[in-house]
Amino acid sequence: MTQRAAIVLNLNGVDHAISVEPRRTLADAIRDDCGLTGTHIGCEHGVCGACTIIVAGEAVRSCLMFAVQADGKRIRTVEGLADGEQLHPLQEAFIAHHALQCGFCTPGFLMLSLHALERDPDLGDEELLDLLASNLCRCTGYQNIVKAVRGAAAVMRAGVVR
Amino acid sequence: MKPAPFQYHAPRSLQEAVAILAQVAPADGRVLAGGQSLVPIMAFRLARPSHLVDINGIEALARLAVENGKLCIGACVRHAAFERPVVEGPLGRLLAMVVRHIAHSPIRARGTFCGSIAHADPASEWCALVAALDGEIVATSVRGARVIAAGQFFAGIMATALAEDEVLTEVRLPLLAPDTRCGFYEFNRRAGDFALAMAVVHFRLVEGRMFKPRVAIGGAETHPRRVAAAEAALAANAPSPRVFADAAARAARDVEPLEDAQTNAQYRRELVVAVTRRALEAAL
Repeated sequence: MTQRAAIVLNLNGVDHAISVEPRRTLADAIRDDCGLTGTHIGCEHGVCGACTIIVAGEAVRSCLMFAVQADGKRIRTVEGLADGEQLHPLQEAFIAHHALQCGFCTPGFLMLSLHALERDPDLGDEELLDLLASNLCRCTGYQNIVKAVRGAAAVMRAGVVR
Repeated sequence: MKPAPFQYHAPRSLQEAVAILAQVAPADGRVLAGGQSLVPIMAFRLARPSHLVDINGIEALARLAVENGKLCIGACVRHAAFERPVVEGPLGRLLAMVVRHIAHSPIRARGTFCGSIAHADPASEWCALVAALDGEIVATSVRGARVIAAGQFFAGIMATALAEDEVLTEVRLPLLAPDTRCGFYEFNRRAGDFALAMAVVHFRLVEGRMFKPRVAIGGAETHPRRVAAAEAALAANAPSPRVFADAAARAARDVEPLEDAQTNAQYRRELVVAVTRRALEAAL
């Protein structure tokens, strides 16, 4: 009776062929069916932003998409940020500026910021605050996240990024 | 926090979509567009549609075009499309001004303009804007397409004139004359949160006097609407703090405010005064 769909999720360049019920959220499919648990699930209704990933070039809440809707689309998650042992400038900046404590929200903030900086590395202060208001962090008080993203933006502007 | 099971349909044409919807609507089949309101409601199981008709794969519905002096917004046009003006002149600027108040960037990347209209949350910015502009809503089903005026469309909290087998396929907004002044103001407790009250206003200045003023209030009542009493207070008058205050007071007297645990009617009424005055000041 229960409908299942055979789909392929392309996660960070690697195809994962899975079978899911239509009600399976993209976030659950990435974690439970593909085993990439870097994408965190907080509120499961689009408020907290912990599950933010990049789908077909847009930063989106993966708890508000069904996995069947992402079939064949190019998906980027936090696991795709580092190049082997070499962390991405955003990850380096989050460490350097103490932009995390418990780390639960961090994957979402990283993917949200990555998308914004790749689109516009000259993101203004007002736009940056507006952007970061998308996601919830209960540890840092945000100031260090703002500093980290500004710091990473400077590195990425300088072209040090891969 | 997991949605209940449903059958998933991904039609590639509008014809196919309305045919499927006609079949499944009686069994609580729903249209899925951006999903930024429907999916959370499903996660809470406040909605348990037995079928979802996903219209994201229908290319024709991503249309955003100017036709016969109107901006035609297809059902799959995302909020984010309006972050830069989509047309020259006041309409493009008004849309760009308002869109910044809708949720947050990742939500705006998925959620759709038409989805907001079909969902008809009382606090929807786009619904207030469509009311202020007397927009037209196009509803399509196997029975054909019909055009509904904004004034006849919104019927209550998340209630509209759409029939269960109709897809909201397009919203049409009139282009505004180059000398049109537009203003928007909303109050909410946190950035990106649902507004407690908002106002969308526009008028033209002819020889220093306000011509065809429009005042729409959203977030305060069950659905957004134009407030004739406030518009009458502006018409043929020169803009001034006194005239704006009078219009704002009339708007506040006219509304029947929604109440909730944190917001009583008196507070919402006072917010209507403030948002109306500030939207008018922003328009100047």
